[in-house]
Amino acid sequence: MATQNIKVITRKPLRWWEKLYIPQVLAGMKITLGIMLRKPVTLKYPFERPVIPKGYRGVPTLVKDQNGREKCVSCQLCEFVCPPKAIRITPGEIDPESGNEHIEKAPAEFEINMLRCIYCGMCQEVCPEAAIVLQGEYSLNGYSRSGMINDKKKLYELGGTIPDPVRKWDKKKRA
Amino acid sequence: MDAFAQGLLEILKGWGVSDAWLPDTVTTGLILKAIFAVVVVLAIMGCCLYTVLLERKTAAWAQGRVGPSITTMPLIAAIPLVGKVLTYCGFIQPLADGGKLFMRQEPLPEHVNKFYYCLAPCLALAPAIITMVMIPFTSYINPETGEETALMLCNMNPGFVFMFAISSLGVYGVVLGGWASNSKYPFLGSIRGSAQMISYELSLVLAILPVVLITAGTSDNPLSLFSIVQGQGGFWNIILAPLSAVIYFVALLAEMNRQPFDMPESETDTVGGFHTEYGTFKFGLFFTGEYLHMILGSILFVMFFLGGWHALPFMPTLGLDGVLGTLLGIVCLVVKVIFMLFVIIWIRWTVPRFRFDQVMRIGWKLLLPFAIANAVAYFVFFGIYETLLK
Ligand code: SF4
Ligand code: SF4
Repeated sequence: MATQNIKVITRKPLRWWEKLYIPQVLAGMKITLGIMLRKPVTLKYPFERPVIPKGYRGVPTLVKDQNGREKCVSCQLCEFVCPPKAIRITPGEIDPESGNEHIEKAPAEFEINMLRCIYCGMCQEVCPEAAIVLQGEYSLNGYSRSGMINDKKKLYELGGTIPDPVRKWDKKKRA
Repeated sequence: MDAFAQGLLEILKGWGVSDAWLPDTVTTGLILKAIFAVVVVLAIMGCCLYTVLLERKTAAWAQGRVGPSITTMPLIAAIPLVGKVLTYCGFIQPLADGGKLFMRQEPLPEHVNKFYYCLAPCLALAPAIITMVMIPFTSYINPETGEETALMLCNMNPGFVFMFAISSLGVYGVVLGGWASNSKYPFLGSIRGSAQMISYELSLVLAILPVVLITAGTSDNPLSLFSIVQGQGGFWNIILAPLSAVIYFVALLAEMNRQPFDMPESETDTVGGFHTEYGTFKFGLFFTGEYLHMILGSILFVMFFLGGWHALPFMPTLGLDGVLGTLLGIVCLVVKVIFMLFVIIWIRWTVPRFRFDQVMRIGWKLLLPFAIANAVAYFVFFGIYETLLK
């Protein structure tokens, strides 16, 4: 105790008017009255949406690059890393006619079970292609369990496009 | 036909209802009284609902929120502007709240004493409704004779003493509810509640004695609420007996189980207090009873100390008589009661609750001595005044 920086303060006995409680209650009422006269701070949620800060970790989504190519190469790293096993990937071949055949693989089906997802962001961290990103969407609801499983189409719809500054696959194709 | 029915009759005639409709018989008097009683009960029950709304709104304001503001009904939402304002004020919310309580499944727990379990909510509500018959809501001054009639169902001689007697029966609702629930938290809540209500009743009644003494100077029945209000044509009693008003108000808070004295239902330590085991409609009865007590308490405070239905000190009716005066009286009473309710709710959302030992200490060691000293001081003063100065 002695070495710690602790100061023991003795509690002063209440004075007679403090024992009546009434002055204190009146002072408290003055404070609450002040708050009553202020503008409320409520955000009327379903009608007004909060501003989502940059880098917010909302629902995980899949993204495309500036050429509309799906970034995911179906390496399944995210599936392995996902702690609650929310991701299910069925790898597939890329159509040889599409011009992206050198990438070899893309997911045939990609499902994220949003009832399992814990929004940890591990998938985003592990993805070598920056293909899976937790974005601003935060309000998620459905009428059934199956409705809470986001399939590939939904994931791309939610994800949209994030341009790829490196363009390694273009370089590889030229090489 | 007694004076009250006569007064009602005259008011109706003042509104232009023809004599053919209102023969001057005993039956007419009875029917008029019955209608008046139903109207009063309905009006006060409605006020209960809207007191809950006031409570919710005040709570919201005190916490920087908006409160109920989106519940609405198709018909009301369709009114331009007014509909919007009503919706924003939460006008429909009480109906939704009440409807929710009615439509829930009615549980009857296995382990309770069924008879008393069902009886308790009724006992909590009934005394509050019964006391309503003793309240004079306003007065009717006959423009020709200048005679004043009280708008009250029964002007009994014991007056407010009878009211206190009946309304303190409300404690049985708390005791029985907690006991019949056969569960420890309700039991603790009801024990505390009854101890508190019984201890504060003393100060409550003692605080009124000075008011009675003051009224005794102007009336031969100083116990009647009507004479108490009439006696306040000049200064209101809050100016003549300020300490009484403070003591009465504090004791009233304790009687109504309002914060900072809400021992019977202190959520933090006894879950829901004496009505923990109650749900749906029975809980609704307790709840209504509580708010009825609050309204009655406010009305009594207004009657005793704030000049009842008088508009201003020294200008009780603003020179109006007849039906207009009656209406003005009701409006004044309602405004004052709403103000009192607001203050009570405001206190609730300001202060934390006292510990039980503090409640008892304040009741017996602080409030009661002050109340006795106050009463004795007025006795001595009036004694000297009556014997020496007159
Ligand atoms: S955020 Fe976490 S839990 Fe959700 S899918 Fe990605 S790795 Fe799995
Ligand atoms: S999202 Fe990323 S980590 Fe997951 S399979 Fe596709 S490329 Fe691999």
